[in-house]
Amino acid sequence: MKVRLKCLLLTIAIIGMSTTVLWAEYADVIINERAEQEDMRPVIFPHWFHRIRYQCSACHVDLGFKMKAGGNGITMDRIIGGEFCGACHNGEIAWSTENCDLCHSGKAKLESGIRGSHETAGPGIF
Amino acid sequence: MRTVLFACLIASAVIALAAGPWLPLSGDGLHDPENPGIALLQQPQEALSVLAGDTAGNKVDWVRALRDNVISPRAHVADGDLPEVLESEVLMTNTSDTPYVVFPHKAHTEWMSCEVCHEELFRSEVGANDISMGHILDGEHCGRCHGAVAFPLTECNRCHSVFRDKIPAHLVEQLTPGDR
Repeated sequence: MKVRLKCLLLTIAIIGMSTTVLWAEYADVIINERAEQEDMRPVIFPHWFHRIRYQCSACHVDLGFKMKAGGNGITMDRIIGGEFCGACHNGEIAWSTENCDLCHSGKAKLESGIRGSHETAGPGIF
Repeated sequence: MRTVLFACLIASAVIALAAGPWLPLSGDGLHDPENPGIALLQQPQEALSVLAGDTAGNKVDWVRALRDNVISPRAHVADGDLPEVLESEVLMTNTSDTPYVVFPHKAHTEWMSCEVCHEELFRSEVGANDISMGHILDGEHCGRCHGAVAFPLTECNRCHSVFRDKIPAHLVEQLTPGDR
């Protein structure tokens, strides 16, 4: 095999594999202030899923979610009362709170916070 | 032997590229694969592979995804008006040796209403905000979203996009006498 062709294929191989080592999905939020203390899995909130369906302001203005992981004081009582996630997760717009496993879906001992940051991907193409 | 190894490497890369950059939920390092509920959740690959691509973040160009009309996210949970789309651009010239920053209101107001940024994160008056890369890296100002949910801070040139010798005509009026 010609050396140039080998180099080209090797480059493609490296690029191909580097795109698969992403960890979690960019902007996933782990909510575990209380969950594991209450014997539930941590909650994983996927931004990507929700932003396909709602603009930012639906949650961050109308529902009052502060843009700060851990800054909202979310509890199941408040959700069942129709606040925060409970504005939609009420069995009418989205699945209701009886489906514990669908939100409480994280691995044990995850730390609260947003997954993303400038470390998640290399520089873009100008 | 070397040829076989090489062929395996290429094959795995081709498979990886074809599968896209999105990990299945059960292998993303966050979701518990033992959780029976995981089978009911949508996979990122299914949702994101049909949207305009990008090189960073979710590997989705969310602004283009919206403009392509591939997605039409609702503005409100209940009924309500769409936020007003603002066309104005803001030129920021206090950028040390890097190109000037141009902030496009349009791309932002297509996604959200004014209140998301104003007046808490950003005051509306020109020059009233002490924006610096230090604050942004700390998650203030632009860094509240860029580096968290919007394209990450490795993408310098997307914001620092205006070279001093090529300032677009419609932005020239925003230059002040002290600007180089």
